[in-house]
Amino acid sequence: MPSPYTAKSWQLASLLILLFGIWVLWSGIYKPLLFGLGLFSCFLSVWLAKRLGFFHHGIPLRSLFRLPKLWVWLLLQVIKSSIDVARVVLSPSLPIQPKLVELTTDEHSETGKVILGNSITLSPGTVTIDVHEDRLLVHCLTKDSEADLRSGELDARIAQLELG
Amino acid sequence: MIETVVDILSWFLLCTGGIFVLIGGIGTLRLPDFYTRLHAASLTETMATILILVGMILQAGLTLATIKLLTIMAFLLLTAPTASYALANAALQSGNSPNAQQRDDQT
Repeated sequence: MPSPYTAKSWQLASLLILLFGIWVLWSGIYKPLLFGLGLFSCFLSVWLAKRLGFFHHGIPLRSLFRLPKLWVWLLLQVIKSSIDVARVVLSPSLPIQPKLVELTTDEHSETGKVILGNSITLSPGTVTIDVHEDRLLVHCLTKDSEADLRSGELDARIAQLELG
Repeated sequence: MIETVVDILSWFLLCTGGIFVLIGGIGTLRLPDFYTRLHAASLTETMATILILVGMILQAGLTLATIKLLTIMAFLLLTAPTASYALANAALQSGNSPNAQQRDDQT
């Protein structure tokens, strides 16, 4: 999909330098052939990123610094819901109450919606199965996971990421 | 002394991770349909991933390997939900509608 937005060359260059720096750090083998291959894959990644609209849908850098706070909260949610799902799976009567929930979100940016959808999928017991405009279709395994979803806390926390 | 504590903690995390993989597998077999099975699979791909990788990080200590393991964990946790979504959405698009309202007692 050709995007009307053209990425600035400094954006392309900084992504390339970042990727290559990381590649060199992790490879640990400094031979011309490997350098060449690394450089080639970095160029390929930048080209793919440009084609996929990475620069178009970027989020402000300050949002990135707020991510760890969200991650800690998500980790706790994951632990909690994992134990719930494990208990459901192991109990002989298999007490599942699968339900489809349509969630309306306040997120406007594509990135926000992606983070929301993926965070919902990340915690066991809820899986995002469709995203359309500002509505997410979520499949829930139990009543508890449905209640957690409906509290809308996750949505609020992700909205905080993008505040100025 | 401190090494023993780290070792015990690390083994605890690795074993719990293994148990979660097992539970995920059992769940994938026991649950009735595609969408509910996806929930069991996500048990393996999030909880077990975190536990096992943190266990390995404790074994690796403060080395480059730890940073690599952390990166692997970050990438797995970022991409696994995307893959789940792709799978679930593909199932939805191809007409496998989840009969979520009634309970399936046939397991």
